[in-house]
Amino acid sequence: MNAAYEFVTGPLAWFAWGIFILGAAWRLYSMYQLAKKKDASSWAFMDLGFSLRSIVNWLIPFNALGWRKSPVMTVATFAFHICLILVPVFLVAHVVLWTEFFGISYATLPDSVADAMTLVVLAACLIFAGRRLTQKEVAYITTGKDWLALVIVTLPFLTGFLAYHQIFDYQVMIIAHIVAGEIMLAAIPFTRLSHMVFAAFTRAYMGSEFGGVRHARDW
Amino acid sequence: MHPPTLWNWEPGQRVILSSMKAPEASAWVEEPYASPDGESLAALTTLTEGGCTALVNGEPWENTFEKGWHLRFSPDGRLTAVVQQDGMWTLAVDGEAWEESYDYLWGTQFSTEGDVIAACIQNGGEYGLCLEGTPWETLFENANQPTLSADGQSSAAVVQLASLKPADLDGFAAGVFGVAVDGQAWDANFLNVWTPTFDPAGKRVAAQVRTTLYDYSIAVDGQKWANDYGCVWEPRFNPASGSVVAPVRVAGAWGLAQDDQIIWEPKFAQCWQQVISQDGKNIAAIVAPQFGTFTVAVNGKPWGITLPVVTDLVIGRQGEVVAALGNTDNRDWRIMVDGKFWDGSWDMAWQPVISANGGHVAVKVEKAGRQTLVVNGRVYPREFTKVWEPTFSPDGTKMLIRALDKDAFLRIVAEVGRA
Amino acid sequence: MGITERLIEDVGIRRGVSRLTPEKIEKIVNAVLKGETGARLKTYAETCMRCGLCAEACHFALSHPDDPSYTPAGKVHQTMSVLLDKKGRVDPDFVYGMAQLAYTECNLCRRCVHLCPIGIDTAYIMSTVRRICHKLGVTPQYMQDTAHSHASTFNQMWVKDDEWTDSLIWQEDEAREEFPGLRIPLDKEGSDIYYSVIAPEPKFRTQLIYQAAAIMHMAGVDWTMPASTGWDNSDMCMFSGDFEMMGRLKRQHFESAQKLKVKRIVMGECGHAFRSVYDTGNRWLGWRHHPVPVIHAVEFYWELIQEGRIKLAKKFPGPVTIQDPCNIVRGRGLQEKLREVTRFLVDGDIIEMHPNREHNFCCAAGGGVINCGPPFKNVRVDGNTVKAEQLRATGVKTVITPCHNCHGGLHDIIHHHKLGMDLKFLSDIIYECMEKPEA
Repeated sequence: MNAAYEFVTGPLAWFAWGIFILGAAWRLYSMYQLAKKKDASSWAFMDLGFSLRSIVNWLIPFNALGWRKSPVMTVATFAFHICLILVPVFLVAHVVLWTEFFGISYATLPDSVADAMTLVVLAACLIFAGRRLTQKEVAYITTGKDWLALVIVTLPFLTGFLAYHQIFDYQVMIIAHIVAGEIMLAAIPFTRLSHMVFAAFTRAYMGSEFGGVRHARDW
Repeated sequence: MHPPTLWNWEPGQRVILSSMKAPEASAWVEEPYASPDGESLAALTTLTEGGCTALVNGEPWENTFEKGWHLRFSPDGRLTAVVQQDGMWTLAVDGEAWEESYDYLWGTQFSTEGDVIAACIQNGGEYGLCLEGTPWETLFENANQPTLSADGQSSAAVVQLASLKPADLDGFAAGVFGVAVDGQAWDANFLNVWTPTFDPAGKRVAAQVRTTLYDYSIAVDGQKWANDYGCVWEPRFNPASGSVVAPVRVAGAWGLAQDDQIIWEPKFAQCWQQVISQDGKNIAAIVAPQFGTFTVAVNGKPWGITLPVVTDLVIGRQGEVVAALGNTDNRDWRIMVDGKFWDGSWDMAWQPVISANGGHVAVKVEKAGRQTLVVNGRVYPREFTKVWEPTFSPDGTKMLIRALDKDAFLRIVAEVGRA
Repeated sequence: MGITERLIEDVGIRRGVSRLTPEKIEKIVNAVLKGETGARLKTYAETCMRCGLCAEACHFALSHPDDPSYTPAGKVHQTMSVLLDKKGRVDPDFVYGMAQLAYTECNLCRRCVHLCPIGIDTAYIMSTVRRICHKLGVTPQYMQDTAHSHASTFNQMWVKDDEWTDSLIWQEDEAREEFPGLRIPLDKEGSDIYYSVIAPEPKFRTQLIYQAAAIMHMAGVDWTMPASTGWDNSDMCMFSGDFEMMGRLKRQHFESAQKLKVKRIVMGECGHAFRSVYDTGNRWLGWRHHPVPVIHAVEFYWELIQEGRIKLAKKFPGPVTIQDPCNIVRGRGLQEKLREVTRFLVDGDIIEMHPNREHNFCCAAGGGVINCGPPFKNVRVDGNTVKAEQLRATGVKTVITPCHNCHGGLHDIIHHHKLGMDLKFLSDIIYECMEKPEA
């Protein structure tokens, strides 16, 4: 079991992080090259001010029309994304690993808070899944890729929660949790989760077009 | 008076017409046109009692017409207007209507020297051209994009050779358009034909054609180039070699082809309005090296200066000078000559004029509602209410300036060296 | 559920599909995808989370609440997603449905951009589907005929060169009875304003030319209209997917203005033509912006009013409501100027539809849908019951909308739902209310 733990926190972690960082960088770079080559008449309109205007306006809950029209989804998606980022970054157990491996240490979330936030993530995942199953306009367009993305994101939180509460075998669960987290990292550049890499740019582009060409807001 | 060698080139200023005041019989007078030699100023006027006529240096034509429009001087100095008489349309030349009249007439064209005048006609729902009033023997269901050879001996237009039913996709796909030269249609039909143009001798015609919705090419005397392109623009004949040069689009980028062979690699975001020197050795075109920036390329090499919009490209007879205009948002017009900007920016500028010997360039410009000329990079020291595009004397030493100063029409001959 | 269950027979689409083979489809689809699309389509296809928020955007989806195949993502799901997943290996029957959907069930109005958190431009995706359909030769009959007219006459209604100026001279003649001395100056070089219209105006809405001339005359505008091609600013090729022709049309339009050395182009009350000059046609030609500024009639009237050059003898009796045309509002931010002009002209309230301004619902005629002709009339009327409800809720008798397509679309909706409302262009009202010479 120890060897397995050593492996998933050692070589496999390096591998997953490597795929995540190098993969994301490569995807961004190749997309940039493609945009310059094939989308010159769009690329020419990219504008920092209009990009930020659009991004900021979409980062405010219930500010954009899209958020106002679907309040449950808005609450779920904001809560989900905030918790999704904060919990893994500021969890005590994760910071301990950073300290152990690299001597890095920083502020952490109290475990009770992190635990609640994990539940928020899981609840949001349930809502997302429920929408895919019951809301016809979502069900109609849902594909295997969308389920895959949801499963990939759910598993690290589910296993983390189970491990923390020592439900089932902790040793097995913690390794499962680490592996699930590593799968998620490695999957980001190559699945629907790549919106983590690209969404800022698609939003920025639309903001630039609406600001610079159409003289209208896009939220 | 014609040709320009016979014009009065005595330096100095003459007031041709001291005031543009409307005669009493006029209800109103339209915008003025200056004759090429600067000896006359003409305008259409609508008469208080109805009908219209033209005023030449303030004096009306003897004849009046029901309606009139499109007042233009021929290069040889004859004044023309499209006029309606007894419900039929014709052309009035120096006040005299052509003997022939048509259900409709428009689009006056002149030979280079102005000795031949042509116009588009529609009669009984059939279309074609007429030269000096005489119509083509054959008229067509439609004729547009007319052109006249330099010597005026031949005329051509895109013509419709078969009828189409309403929303007739099959009929259109069969190809119903062609080119008629002097009323004689090419044997070949195409899906579409655009911008027929004569060679300098007036013997051959080249045009853009589309054989399917997607395949563009150039046809010369009805014979299509072997290759198809993603798109093409207007062909031009090389005056020396007779070869045909046209912008072509390959894989989303523009270049130039000559007789179906690529001569400028397709690498531009745009390439059009090519001009070729008389000796055939120099080709210039307006190009966009990348999206949103335009310049001029000479023999395939773009200038180093760019602007968002470039227009009005001209080339000297031997290619010794290439000039164009650039602007930003139709304002801040700059004059571009041989790869350099001239000083100054203008609210508007007109196509540069190059002297026959190629040594001089003059450009009509406007700023804050006042017009003047820029000659060889220097601003002419006088502004006018309106100025016409200048003309160089055949030897290039003098320049004819036709201008309105307040209400007076002036004819100024200036020495180019001192302009 | 989906397009295959609501196919409508169209001569043009059928004709095109009958000539297809799976091999030809695969070749052309991939040629367009590889040759003409890039990072935009790739990221959109990949990052759409299929969250379904866009369902709330689309008037078609809202008017068919039980059928998710009308949602923006649902339409992409049935078209571009399939092409990408199958790498173009689809059969001719699929192309029939894809064409019908792309040409008649999406107005390219871009309202869905306002609902998509990551900013996916569904209109771009559907335009690309249309581009593929054009390349496959599968286009609705009436739209394709319009494109043929554009290609052959540089206007959308087969208006011949003589008919154009003849109509103008006729309108000038008529207007002189009411406005002595009025001119429609043809090819007047150096004018401040080049006024351009769409071909239905000389063809059967000549009163719009009359009214424009009357307004120009009374406001003392230095203006001209071109006597030859370029005068029609419309562009159905932009919507059929014939981008080469779109570029050719815009080039003709702009070069005819450049040749006349005008300061600005003013265009009549049309939406899609505006899109073609500031957004699409100019880009295809390599111009970042329009090379000659193009001012929409709304903005032009707004300027004239600011400068005190439109004087009213009376005000138009309100209340009224305003239909915001997508291409000038969501497309160009003219919503407040439109309201300021309306307030200037109308005595009474503007009863807003909800939502309004850049969030307004499309008329369902735009994007070339109305140009697909009679076979698809019910698609857009049934596809926009939300617009009928919006209109009914205002309780007013007059709808102002400065767009030809909005007029066409709303006319059919108003008639179908027996709403008893009148449609007005701004120029209708300005002409009706402005000071005129003593009779």
